[in-house]
Amino acid sequence: MTTMSDPPRESFRLSQLIYDTRYRSLTIQVVATILLAVMIFWLINNTVQNLAALGKDFDFGFLGQRAGYDINQRLLEYSSASTHGKAALIGILNTLLVAFLGCILATVLGVIAGVLRLSSNWVVARLMAVYVEGFRNVPLLLWIIAIFAVMTESTPSPRDFREGGSASMMLGDTLAVTNRGVYVPMPVWGPGSWVVVVVFLLSLVGIFAYRRLARKRQEATGQILPVFRVSLALFFLPAILAYFVMGGPVSLNYPELGGFNFDGGLHLRNSLIALWLALSLYTGAFIAEIVRGGILSVSKGQTEASFALGLRPNRTMNLVVLPQAMRVIVPPLISQYLNLTKNSSLAIAVGYMDARSTLGGITINQTGRELEGMLLLGAFYLVLSLAISGVMNIYNASIKLKER
Amino acid sequence: MTKKIILGALAVAGLSAGAAAAATLDDVKARGNLNCGVTTGLTGFAAPDANGVWEGFDVGVCRAVAAAVFGDPMAVEFTPTTGQTRFTALSSGEIDMLARNTTWTFTRDVDLKFEFTGVNYYDGQGFMVPKALGVSSAKDLDGATVCIQTGTTTELNLADYFRANNISYEPVPIETNAEAQQQYLANACDVYTTDASGLAATRATFENPGDHVVLPEIISKEPLGPLVRHGDSEWGDIVRWTLNALIVAEELGVTSANIDELVAGTNNPEINRLLGTEGELGPMLGLETDWAVNAIKAGGNYGELFEKNIGENTPIGLSRGLNAQWTDGGLLYAPPFR
Repeated sequence: MTTMSDPPRESFRLSQLIYDTRYRSLTIQVVATILLAVMIFWLINNTVQNLAALGKDFDFGFLGQRAGYDINQRLLEYSSASTHGKAALIGILNTLLVAFLGCILATVLGVIAGVLRLSSNWVVARLMAVYVEGFRNVPLLLWIIAIFAVMTESTPSPRDFREGGSASMMLGDTLAVTNRGVYVPMPVWGPGSWVVVVVFLLSLVGIFAYRRLARKRQEATGQILPVFRVSLALFFLPAILAYFVMGGPVSLNYPELGGFNFDGGLHLRNSLIALWLALSLYTGAFIAEIVRGGILSVSKGQTEASFALGLRPNRTMNLVVLPQAMRVIVPPLISQYLNLTKNSSLAIAVGYMDARSTLGGITINQTGRELEGMLLLGAFYLVLSLAISGVMNIYNASIKLKER
Repeated sequence: MTKKIILGALAVAGLSAGAAAAATLDDVKARGNLNCGVTTGLTGFAAPDANGVWEGFDVGVCRAVAAAVFGDPMAVEFTPTTGQTRFTALSSGEIDMLARNTTWTFTRDVDLKFEFTGVNYYDGQGFMVPKALGVSSAKDLDGATVCIQTGTTTELNLADYFRANNISYEPVPIETNAEAQQQYLANACDVYTTDASGLAATRATFENPGDHVVLPEIISKEPLGPLVRHGDSEWGDIVRWTLNALIVAEELGVTSANIDELVAGTNNPEINRLLGTEGELGPMLGLETDWAVNAIKAGGNYGELFEKNIGENTPIGLSRGLNAQWTDGGLLYAPPFR
């Protein structure tokens, strides 16, 4: 019989937690977690203690109280008799409005500037370089205030539009540019106008279906249907037809000078325009660089191969380069959308009543609920950012390289 | 072991943060200067002069408190605050007192946990319009664009007033008085509304003050006064009685010019008690006996402060009106020093 000696028993010593590589990383993680928990606990505890010392409680009841202040730009019905919660909602809608408009314009500007910066035309390329470097290297707040100041100082006040005044309306008295904003005609939806809207929406669906059909046809037979002209016709004709069939239910309400200001029409306030333009121009400069980087990331061989196949430069860009570039462009683009949305909280600089100005400004000031208000505001921006990045991630998944 | 030390340190930090609310006087004394919150700039009330030294009516109150505590009116660190930042600055302890045209209201006193220590200016909200508009009453302002400082009581009064009179308006929210002035002068708003004293002070800085009128309507009561945090009554007493000392000094005829004579002793026991030659009023507050002498010397009594900064002989040109002594038909009525 062979003698079997027991393998030496492993005894666990505390020092192994640090010196034994099997346990070390675990030890570090546990310690870090504990420290983090202590930190959070301390922060909360400190807040609670200080609130108690100041004699304040933690209560969201203020959202149901009467707000008492007016908001100039409201997308929903609101008056000073509404609640603080409603005021916050109005502010949130204003934030969403400027963020939505900003994201669209910034994307358009960014794509144009990014493509043009690669132009072989020296002057165009340099102009775009000046735009990009000028806007992304100066703080956004300065641009917002500068644009607002220019719009306020250089445009006539409504008083100048009176008889004998120095200013007059444009485009056949339908458009007024004043130092309080731009007044444009506003559509008035009369009875039966829903038919026109429905027809218009249906024609949008039609365009989408037609494009699919055209693509399928091309893939199956190689026959190319005229997509652009048909889409254009589908876009306008049915709606216009419906408009006349229903007897013109949609009319325009033109701005008219009355009293101190223009009455009627749609009032685009200077604060909205200045904030929108500044956000778009600023973020557009960043997007331009992202687009440029994306296009440059597609190897030159792809373009050459496309040319060799006889595709024209336009189609090369649309069918070969951009689809590949999108994979590089979209992820950083999401960050830019998030930046734009969060940067819109600088709105108070020009008196635009966004969520930061209503909930995070006046409401906090009138009720003294700093902590609650800031937490709500933080939660709102968090949810909004997560929603935007969620949607964009879905889009990203749809365009990324599909490996089969 | 290390963890215990950290926990201990955290506990101490937490405790000291909690205790910081009390004994403002000790903190101020230890620091060697008073932190006073003022406006970001309103001529006559609080604005830096050409040399960067803050001066004005509200600044005078801060300097009087500093003089009462330290004997030195210059031992003040001024923190400019906007309508939106002022209360946070005070409740967080960044400033020891706030003297910034702040209206004494129920909610600010009770719900926001502040302590108003008196009224240094009885004001009311008014409207200023360019003369060229030809408006003579606030009721003619239907449809007007109104510039308004956000985070103020005027914002709420404005909404209430227009609602009560069933007229519409377009509010343009503005952060500071300087921005409001710029917007108003650019005609971006037809009307500027704030406390009538603020309107007068703002108009005084215009190139052509005569082109603008303040409408006759005063739509609210705006008792403006210095305030401190709730929970430290000793510190509140010091601010309150410094302000009262300035007011009562005017009533008793004690000025910065004759105070040195009066300190030698007078036949009026109340003056003697005020100036510390009789009784122990100063030490009761935790200050020196000559606290009120220093406070009055800092910028003069209430009347002197008023005349020097915002009175009829200044560009702002405010008359005493409600802010006269009760003996002259005004509302200033300091409790007796006894």
